[in-house]
Amino acid sequence: MVKRFRGFVFVVVALFLALQATPALAQRTEVQFWHGLAQPLGGILEKIVADFNASQNKYQVNPTFKGSYPDTMVAAIAAFRAGNAPHIVQMFEVGTATMMAAREAIKPVHELMRETGVPFDPKIYVPAIKGYYSLLDGRMMSMPFNSSTAVMFYNKDAFKKAGLDPEKPPRTWGELRAAAQKIRAANAANVGFTCAWPTWTQFEQFSAIHDVPLASKANGMEGMDAVLTINSPLHVRHVQTLIDMQKEGSFKYAGRDSAGDALFPSGEAAIIHASSGLRARILKEAKFSWGVTMLPYYEDAKGAPKNSIIGGASFWAMTAPKRTAEEYRAAAEFFKYISKPEVVAKWHMDTGFLPVTFGGFEYTQAQGYYQKNPGADIPHRQMTRTEPTVNSRGLRLGSMPEIRVVIQEELEKALQGTQTAKQAMDNAVDRGNVILRNFEKTNR
Amino acid sequence: MQRRVIFNNKLLPYLLLAPQLAVTIVFFFWPAVQAILQSLLRQDPFGLRTEFIWFDNYTTILSDPLYLNSVKTTFIFAFSVTAIAMMSALLLAFLADKHIRGAGAYKTMLIWPYAVAPAVAAVLWLFIFHPNIGYFGRAMRELGISWDYKLNGNQALLLVILVASWKQVSYNFLFFLAALQSIPKSVLEAASIDGASSTRKFWTVIFPLISPTSFFLLMVNMVYSFFDTFGVIHALTGGGPGKATETLIYKVYSDGVLFLDLGGSSAQSVILMIIVIGLTAIQFRYIERKVHY
Repeated sequence: MVKRFRGFVFVVVALFLALQATPALAQRTEVQFWHGLAQPLGGILEKIVADFNASQNKYQVNPTFKGSYPDTMVAAIAAFRAGNAPHIVQMFEVGTATMMAAREAIKPVHELMRETGVPFDPKIYVPAIKGYYSLLDGRMMSMPFNSSTAVMFYNKDAFKKAGLDPEKPPRTWGELRAAAQKIRAANAANVGFTCAWPTWTQFEQFSAIHDVPLASKANGMEGMDAVLTINSPLHVRHVQTLIDMQKEGSFKYAGRDSAGDALFPSGEAAIIHASSGLRARILKEAKFSWGVTMLPYYEDAKGAPKNSIIGGASFWAMTAPKRTAEEYRAAAEFFKYISKPEVVAKWHMDTGFLPVTFGGFEYTQAQGYYQKNPGADIPHRQMTRTEPTVNSRGLRLGSMPEIRVVIQEELEKALQGTQTAKQAMDNAVDRGNVILRNFEKTNR
Repeated sequence: MQRRVIFNNKLLPYLLLAPQLAVTIVFFFWPAVQAILQSLLRQDPFGLRTEFIWFDNYTTILSDPLYLNSVKTTFIFAFSVTAIAMMSALLLAFLADKHIRGAGAYKTMLIWPYAVAPAVAAVLWLFIFHPNIGYFGRAMRELGISWDYKLNGNQALLLVILVASWKQVSYNFLFFLAALQSIPKSVLEAASIDGASSTRKFWTVIFPLISPTSFFLLMVNMVYSFFDTFGVIHALTGGGPGKATETLIYKVYSDGVLFLDLGGSSAQSVILMIIVIGLTAIQFRYIERKVHY
């Protein structure tokens, strides 16, 4: 504990010194921008910032890498408490509710744009992306930038070996299970089906696609008094499917968060549900032919499939004492710059993240990128295949990072066989609701 | 014979102590006081809304079965790590102390693990024990043993105990070796002349003579397994599966840093501080009596 506090104090002191030591460039208004993207993504992002700085001579954005998303969040919070918040900070999507609840700490995008007079139209954004970062009345709170969604990657060689048609990937859970069984029976891969980000792919995306709520109050968008609803029959059925598939050997739980990612490019697993951002790594590492397709659904579920939801991060403008109008203006200009179609498209093509605006998608299309890279448009098509419903607009649950861990823990216990699917989901709901009530109490 | 230094200047001793005192106050007392204060508050992460709630954070924590479970895990973990790390280090030191060929090389290699950062150590072990990419993990599975520490809580706990112990063996080894080498040869020879077997020699001569070192290491190892094993757990299991490897220090981290519950996390660290103070006090009070200096 002492060490942790020592580190904390050190960071605060270092921040203070760093801010003091920033050299003042003549005339340009400088703003600090903290991000949580490691290389190579961080470098590509910083190149965009450099391009912005070069595109005009009034503003200067200084990007700084602050570690992982949670590290960046903690750093920004510590800086805010010390009165030195960065002007712009990148925050992962599950931190959205926490940021929104910190009303005095943030400058909502709609307010920032209005006050600085920078023309801005939120309608250019893909609805499922915009919705995640907007209030219910459509006022945008943070600036979408790097968004991903979950898709299904599959190993075409393994499909061929198992006697499956590599051009006809499974569309439903029934087909997925049959395919995974065949792959195991033919020993075409050690693992039939696995997933990365278990909570995100098997619960958050799953709920959106099947048009069932993850939590009440429109997944928390309509109020902080939401409760989790993942013990619904469909959710329990899905957990049971995973348990059954694990028993018969067609599914393997690969661990929390991104731990599952490694199994696909290595050829260990034939099918994976993972972030669309995994594409870059597969391109680099996979020594087999592969395909990408949309996430499966239960055929008999009413209304499925709907659009999937996003993951990734957005940019937030933060407040601080003595922050000038010119500084806010610089942040607004930077936001406007990164919403340009060519910037959006370049980021999309360089990294595999989604094109966050329709303009960006069309720009990419016009370049012939999707002809050259079949399947690269699948994430965008899956995100936009339907109008977002109340269940597929996104999530706004306080302490979502903690809830994600709770769901993973209960799922793990169910897969270990120490509890049933129903018990697991009931426990997850009970524990998750305690977390939600604490968040509500704290942010009242 | 005792030598005493007399300071004529009353200020000088304080001046000489000042740097150390300043470090202690800034990096120990101040954060500790902050933790105690924070543990009485309910506050949002940004510090915008603060409510003084007395001991609510403590009652919440102490009535939380998950927290009590974490206490249990921590004690199992700490005792196992301390026992394994100390016993194997003593055995190795005992063997390395003998006159064998290349003793220097053995000693050097035994000290190496200490220089490995916890996270790196965890990754090294991952390459051995990972069910899919680890040599040992694969071998176990081919033998039909369902080795999967990502899903089996007991296996996960066993793994973090092994790795955490391995990290600490070198340190213990160094101290035990030094202790063994400082035992006067004449005592051992006298025992041999009296016809004592090597087991008897160990328990009646060597063990009592190295007990001050053992006692010191016992404390260091307990504190190590309570506080310094964060990196290993973080890199290997992240506290999972379920909550099988979530020790108290890991819970302080995840609740405070990841989940931004500053009050609850502070209360936990205060409890942790009390536990360690208690442990140390018990050790000094009861175990030290039996130690021969």
